[in-house]
Amino acid sequence: MFGKLSFSAIPFDQPIIMGAVGGASLLALVILILITYYGKWTYLWKEWLTSVDHKKIGIMYIILALVMLLRGFSDAVMMRSQQALAAGASHGYLSPEHFNQVFSAHGSIMIVFMAMPFLVGLMNIVVPQQIGARDVAFPFLNSVSFWLTAAGALLVMVSLGVGEFSKTGWTGLAPLFEKKYSPGTGVDYWLWAFQLAGAGSLMTSINFLVTILRMRAPGMTLMRMPMFVWTIFATNVLMMLAFPVLTVALFLLTLDRYLGMHFFTNALGGNMMMYTNLFWIWGHPEVYIVILPAFGVFSEVVATFSGKRLFGYKSLVYATAAIMLLSFTVWLHHFFTMGAGPNVNTFFGITTMMIAVPTGVKIFDWLFTMYRGRVRFTTPMYWTLGFLTTFVIGGMTGVLMAEPPADYLVHNSLFLIAHFHNVLIPGALFGFFAGYAYWFPKAIGFPLDEKWGKRAFWCWLIGFYLAFAPLYILGFMGMPRRMAHYANLAWHPYLIIAAGGTGVILIGIIFQMIQLFVSIRQRHAARDLTGDPWNGRTLEWATSSPPAVYNFAITPVVHDIDAFTDMKEKGVVYQKPDRYHDIHLPKNTAAGLINGVFAFMFGFAMVWYIWWLAVLCALGMLFTVIARAADDDTHYTVPAAEVERIESRRFQQLASAAVNRPAGSRTTPELLPQR
Amino acid sequence: MPADTSTIDAVATGKFEHPDTIANQAFGFWLYIMSDLVLFATIFATYAVLGHNYAGGPTGKDLFHLPYLFGETMLLLFSSATCGLAMLAMHKDKRGLVMTWLTVTLLLGLGFITMEINEFHHMILDGNGPDRSGFLSAFFTLVGTHGAHVSFGLIWMAVMMGQVITKGLTLPVQSRLLRLSVFWHFLDIVWVGVFTIVYLMGVM
Amino acid sequence: MKKFTKFVLPGLSSLVTIACLGGCSHMVLFDPKGPIGDAERFLIVMAFALMLIVVIPVFVMVLWFSLRYRASNAKAAYRPKWSYSARIDLVVWLIPIAIVTALAYLAWTGTCQLDPYKPIDPDVKPVSIEVVSLDWNWLFIYPDHNIAVVNQLVFPAKVPLSFRLTSDTVMTSFFIPQLGSQIYAMAGMQTRLHLMADEPGVYAGQNQEFSGRGYADMHFKAVATSQKEFEAWVQKAKQSSNKLDLTRYEELEKPNVGYPVTCFSSVKPDLFEHILSKYMGWMGERGEMEKMGKHPGPMSKKSCSGHRKTAVLETS
Repeated sequence: MFGKLSFSAIPFDQPIIMGAVGGASLLALVILILITYYGKWTYLWKEWLTSVDHKKIGIMYIILALVMLLRGFSDAVMMRSQQALAAGASHGYLSPEHFNQVFSAHGSIMIVFMAMPFLVGLMNIVVPQQIGARDVAFPFLNSVSFWLTAAGALLVMVSLGVGEFSKTGWTGLAPLFEKKYSPGTGVDYWLWAFQLAGAGSLMTSINFLVTILRMRAPGMTLMRMPMFVWTIFATNVLMMLAFPVLTVALFLLTLDRYLGMHFFTNALGGNMMMYTNLFWIWGHPEVYIVILPAFGVFSEVVATFSGKRLFGYKSLVYATAAIMLLSFTVWLHHFFTMGAGPNVNTFFGITTMMIAVPTGVKIFDWLFTMYRGRVRFTTPMYWTLGFLTTFVIGGMTGVLMAEPPADYLVHNSLFLIAHFHNVLIPGALFGFFAGYAYWFPKAIGFPLDEKWGKRAFWCWLIGFYLAFAPLYILGFMGMPRRMAHYANLAWHPYLIIAAGGTGVILIGIIFQMIQLFVSIRQRHAARDLTGDPWNGRTLEWATSSPPAVYNFAITPVVHDIDAFTDMKEKGVVYQKPDRYHDIHLPKNTAAGLINGVFAFMFGFAMVWYIWWLAVLCALGMLFTVIARAADDDTHYTVPAAEVERIESRRFQQLASAAVNRPAGSRTTPELLPQR
Repeated sequence: MPADTSTIDAVATGKFEHPDTIANQAFGFWLYIMSDLVLFATIFATYAVLGHNYAGGPTGKDLFHLPYLFGETMLLLFSSATCGLAMLAMHKDKRGLVMTWLTVTLLLGLGFITMEINEFHHMILDGNGPDRSGFLSAFFTLVGTHGAHVSFGLIWMAVMMGQVITKGLTLPVQSRLLRLSVFWHFLDIVWVGVFTIVYLMGVM
Repeated sequence: MKKFTKFVLPGLSSLVTIACLGGCSHMVLFDPKGPIGDAERFLIVMAFALMLIVVIPVFVMVLWFSLRYRASNAKAAYRPKWSYSARIDLVVWLIPIAIVTALAYLAWTGTCQLDPYKPIDPDVKPVSIEVVSLDWNWLFIYPDHNIAVVNQLVFPAKVPLSFRLTSDTVMTSFFIPQLGSQIYAMAGMQTRLHLMADEPGVYAGQNQEFSGRGYADMHFKAVATSQKEFEAWVQKAKQSSNKLDLTRYEELEKPNVGYPVTCFSSVKPDLFEHILSKYMGWMGERGEMEKMGKHPGPMSKKSCSGHRKTAVLETS
């Protein structure tokens, strides 16, 4: 009746896990009680859960990312503290069984359930506004994508308390993840969580490609798009082409585990190397999917806060395209040591090094944007400067490992770990944090506190160096990755420093939580009345903060790169039109949420072999889609009069903001009072 | 400095206010087809790598019956033709004819699936199921994934027939029928690949 | 100034980390004891040096531009529309291309020379060792001496070693960091590795590819001895009462952690091939030919000197 599921699935005998589950459940309960107490269920349902508005969906993605960041980071704290303790005779406080789940969960969460939602959230909030559109091409599909991702994240979270998570790494390892060597539920949780999230990502990519290619404002040719849109475009091309490969890789593993097939098994004709290839054919583009949006954020931030046009726009576009194409040609560098032969290894080594070229070009172009600019050191700019210095070290170590013989020494060592965290944290994560600080006022209506933002930045930067510089050294000392405990005492001091670094980052995260709290508390005094708190250059800053549901009352016409700056310089910004039009918008719908719930239950049922439930939920998803397709009443109209009302309120707000500033001060850099 | 007047007039009259939903849906669907092509390509690649891993079990030569496969192929190819006829009828706004041709397409597709399930069934009964060897895992998965896509297409076709009856040939219905036909023809092309690489080359 | 701290502080943290803990002698990758490790260290240092050509200017520019062009510095030139320079564009594309070209050349020559499948010295008879990774132990078979050891590798220094590796469990990676390259060991497949120790010593050996519960304990000592000591050790092993027949092997193969170092005075003939063939049912006719070593892999002739077979195809 309940498949493999029984009460013994709950690890009552593991105090750490039960503590975490207890804490998380308590927190969830408190949140539910608070929502009920303040009577916000209708609001939550109407405004958020059933929303198909890209701005709301984007915010929900980022909330999901931030929550999963906390979960993934707690895994990091556990790993670092375990390794700081488990030297020589001591085996620390985590059994290998537990530790192996922790490192697998850490990677899985950070890449698929933190980085992906973060970047998809940013692209959701920003891209339609930057191209002068009202929404994405397929708003309902957008909602479906979000809820599928959330369902995947929930599967990972549930695996903590019911059953176990995978012990075969975030990548999965063939044939270790076959039934024979991993008989538990762990690998199943991992693969279903990834499949659900992957389906969501694929749909997102189709959505945004159509949006960017077909819904730009008149006059916005491709070479006039903001740089962020270009990087998002490249990201989505990668997503569209790479995710099907992951889907297949995991699907074949599913067939092996559930139906006894032999794709990646040791015996009867399986080929474990095939999994490695398939996974990394997705896996390498995936890391470019994660980094390119961050590059886009840096482009926007550096131009805005240098008060200057982005240097080398064309070069940046070509560099982005080069990175996009090359990212499909490098995957074998993840397994140089699998014995492919010198010709093959050399080929992939060279392609890997080639990617460094356009990336280097980008770094220089950002630097030359600052050159002869007027640089304002806001929080987003801090993250950018931290990135520019620290990321190149990670790039350097990457090119170093692209030399196959060098890789023969450092593959799977802590040197590798240090390298990819060096590009992911100062690269991707700092980019996301910069985007978060930069676009927060636009999305929410008031800015994040600068003081706490800068404090958090310093903690992250210093904490990063303390946590990962020792890992580079440990790699040269021969320490492998994924070690639950180790015999070589010479490694111990470095691991203690690394744990210290993690502690500093923890303080940074606490500062970020304080920042949120403080910003909310002072929101009325700091409210963004103009919609343009930074003296921005692109179209999203032309709308109010937060924007009206339709973004633009009248679709803007674009004549140049940095369309908003162009409008400001020509004096045509904030002009009242002669008349407004009715605006047609998609209605909210619960179908995306319902589909997500069915998807989660389907995944859970498959993990526990509850076949009748799995079939029921699959049919549920099918019927939800069919019912949605049968619905002809999916749009509503905002009448022109209502649009006019909303817009007049906006103009009033603009007027009240202008009163406090001298006339003609629109191009003055310091709009935001420095705290 | 003044912008192109024609553009401003167009903006004033609201010409740019409504995205071309039908064209966006068609384009989006083509993108989906491209991603599905990558999916099939990956499974084809897997078949290429595992295709000779017989593990002491049967090979393609031992298992495939080309005349049977020819029959299956004809059913699918003809269903593509009848699907095309349904679309022609749709463009002529002939609801009844659309229903007729869709029904024929559905039946032909059902015939294809029945024959395929029958083939699989017999192989499994003989002990040559997908758990026998890497080659057989790859075979069942490649052919089976195509079959699963066809089955989804049949469900979609049934739903569309329901929509044609209940809503008529409205613009959204026509847009969906167009996408369905793209899907159906795409599956036909993939089948040509399957038939060639798996069956023909397997028997040679 | 505050902006200085942006760079000085993190820079200092890492320097302090490296310097005052001075673990140079413990960074075994920079203290190789064999020709392979030595050549690989050279490659690391060369690649690092070449890339500093790009990295150092970036650091300098971040510092310089932040300082000079900060908004409060009204003296600095402000050219808000200046956003392109063909000269700069050329330089930022060409210099990295030049560096990558140099690195590519190093990759081409280095990967060939340091191909794990390439013998150290074709004129010298190597010590042959067959490696089988298990859950969670290492079995070393010496086919020329008909002995075997678990969890300890003993070999003469200054003599080339020729390894054939496979696994009787999941994918693992055989690695002696101070001697050089690692290589994966996979079931049903044979990989090759060639190493040599320049001087006697005891080196750490480990599994570098996560393989489950006992992975962290899968380390062994790689003991390089003099030729005399090695021969003495072989003789001692031949006195052992342990014999590695099939029954004993099956006991060894069962999952266990920290199997004690054990010598076997005789080994079942073709034990390595037997372990390989357990998983080789994937091969059809083509595989049979390769098993007999009659069919070189696709990359054997065109690559750098010497025959070369890939992991998949080679079986002997």
